[in-house]
Amino acid sequence: MKALSIRNLRKTYNNGHEALKGIDLDVEAGDFFALLGPNGAGKSTAIGIISSLVNASSGSVSIFGHDLKKERSQAKSCIGLVPQEINFNQFDTVKSILLNQAGYYGTPRQLALQRTEQCLKQMDLWDKRDTISRRLSGGMKRRVMIARAMVHAPKLLILDEPTAGVDIEIRRSMWKMMEEVNQQGTTIILTTHYLEEAESLCRNIAIIDQGCIVENSDMKSLLARLNVDHFVLDLAEPLAAAPVFDGFKIDLMDDKILEVAVPKESGLNELFKQLSGQDIRVLSLKNKTNRLEQLFMDLVDAKTTGEAA
Amino acid sequence: MNNWIPFRTIIIKEIYRFVRIWPQTLLPPAITTTLYFLIFGKLMGDRIGSINGSPYMDYIVPGVILMSVISHAYANVVSSFYSTKFQRNIEELIVAPVPNWVILAGYVSGGVMRGLLVGCVVGLIAMLFADLTIHSIWISVSMAFLTATLFALAGFINAVMAESFDDISIIPNFVLTPLSYLGGVFYSVNMLPGIWQTISMGNPILYMVNAFRYGFIGVSDIDVQLSFLMTGGFIAVLAIFSLYLLYKGTGIKQ
Ligand SMILES: Nc1ncnc2c1ncn2[C@@H]1O[C@H](COP(=O)(O)OP(=O)(O)OP(=O)(O)O)[C@@H](O)[C@H]1O
Ligand SMILES: [Mg+2]
Repeated sequence: MKALSIRNLRKTYNNGHEALKGIDLDVEAGDFFALLGPNGAGKSTAIGIISSLVNASSGSVSIFGHDLKKERSQAKSCIGLVPQEINFNQFDTVKSILLNQAGYYGTPRQLALQRTEQCLKQMDLWDKRDTISRRLSGGMKRRVMIARAMVHAPKLLILDEPTAGVDIEIRRSMWKMMEEVNQQGTTIILTTHYLEEAESLCRNIAIIDQGCIVENSDMKSLLARLNVDHFVLDLAEPLAAAPVFDGFKIDLMDDKILEVAVPKESGLNELFKQLSGQDIRVLSLKNKTNRLEQLFMDLVDAKTTGEAA
Repeated sequence: MNNWIPFRTIIIKEIYRFVRIWPQTLLPPAITTTLYFLIFGKLMGDRIGSINGSPYMDYIVPGVILMSVISHAYANVVSSFYSTKFQRNIEELIVAPVPNWVILAGYVSGGVMRGLLVGCVVGLIAMLFADLTIHSIWISVSMAFLTATLFALAGFINAVMAESFDDISIIPNFVLTPLSYLGGVFYSVNMLPGIWQTISMGNPILYMVNAFRYGFIGVSDIDVQLSFLMTGGFIAVLAIFSLYLLYKGTGIKQ
């Protein structure tokens, strides 16, 4: 069963900007799916169309087999949306935001009260239930949006940058919560600019750039394709110039910091052999960026240069 | 899909909103109308004498009540829906499986509730100043209800089309208020010189005020049946237009 199936989806905004240039996308039920892409790529536009906030120019969307145009109400009932921008009523209390949302989805009062309590507790907001939402901190507001999206127990939870501007502790607890919700059977589509987040949480991934899908595969095989790892080395003694080794590209960032590009086929042993050969002592070593981030940059760059050419 | 629960949710939210801000929504009409009754009814009315066989005070009470119903039914929907749209809070309802007609019915009912509630408050105040006679309670109640519905719909359309806070005050200030004052609230059209009588006949509020007043004093400048037909017709047209705007997503969807 497909949780989401998109065919040849296009969107041209009224100002003539073509935000989506015919994308196809499938997300299996139960998946934890990452939708990545640089600013302005078209992620929120795609999510807007899926959640009926944006009218598509052409193409089709179906959610758990319900076509968005023909079976609007059934399709909508499956979705829980956490939009990128805060959009709850800032003058309402946290609790009434959730209760109203449950009401819009036709949840009977008693069940709505139960689910509200459950979701607020899960998002660590239960003691804020009677607070006017305007008075919450930014991170709490984000959590209110997640709690709101879950109150009607949707089968497909779509989160558009839920962790933007949230401190690391709360981000961790959101990750845990998303994993739990996913394990309980909810399909999740996540967009984020924190790629390590996508790497650790998601099983499948699509990268969208300038309105086109430039990559769509499972996370493991995508990462396996990465053939160069970048490392940063802290040295014991200062160097005057970057050493020149066979098969490695090395930059001297600071007199005691080296940045090394290590191709998969060479491996770290070879690097250290050569370092030892030149008597360069290394104190510590870390990954320069996270692996997905490198791939991401490669894919998005390739696309951009490809277009320019 | 059960539409009753979403409808009830919207209407309770709407009622809660105007009750919570009662110093802005319920108190001002009580004060303004008290002043109308004092100044126009008591101080000047005694000198004016009677119109169509009723003391001036009794003559203006129904018009003042209906004028409050009109402005509050309109104001409630226009400000509530516009601020919902402005905060992008309307997205909650667009994403949820709530049919457009339920959204419309919910907001319009909220406006009708406020209009009628304010009408009752004004009516109670009027009882301090005049001995209200009732000719036909049902004509008055149903006309008040239809008028509230009509202007709640108009407020909805204004809110959907508005792009700034200025846009939601233009219609009330430059259209509704003049039409209400010229709608025979304080005088009988028969008192106007010929040409102005004819022009007044183009003012829909005149029809509603007269039908509503007929329910109190049993006298109307205008055929009461015609008033009902016309109000019903306007409601149908505005409701269809509102649904069309929601269907297109005007001002809401890109
Ligand atoms: N209402 C609109 N009218 C015109 N153009 C728009 C509108 N909304 C978005 N766009 C344009 O469409 C493109 C895609 O925007 P979108 O919001 O989908 O990007 P995104 O991938 O979500 O980016 P971000 O990571 O910054 O949130 C951008 O170039 C944006 O300027
Ligand atoms: Mg976005």
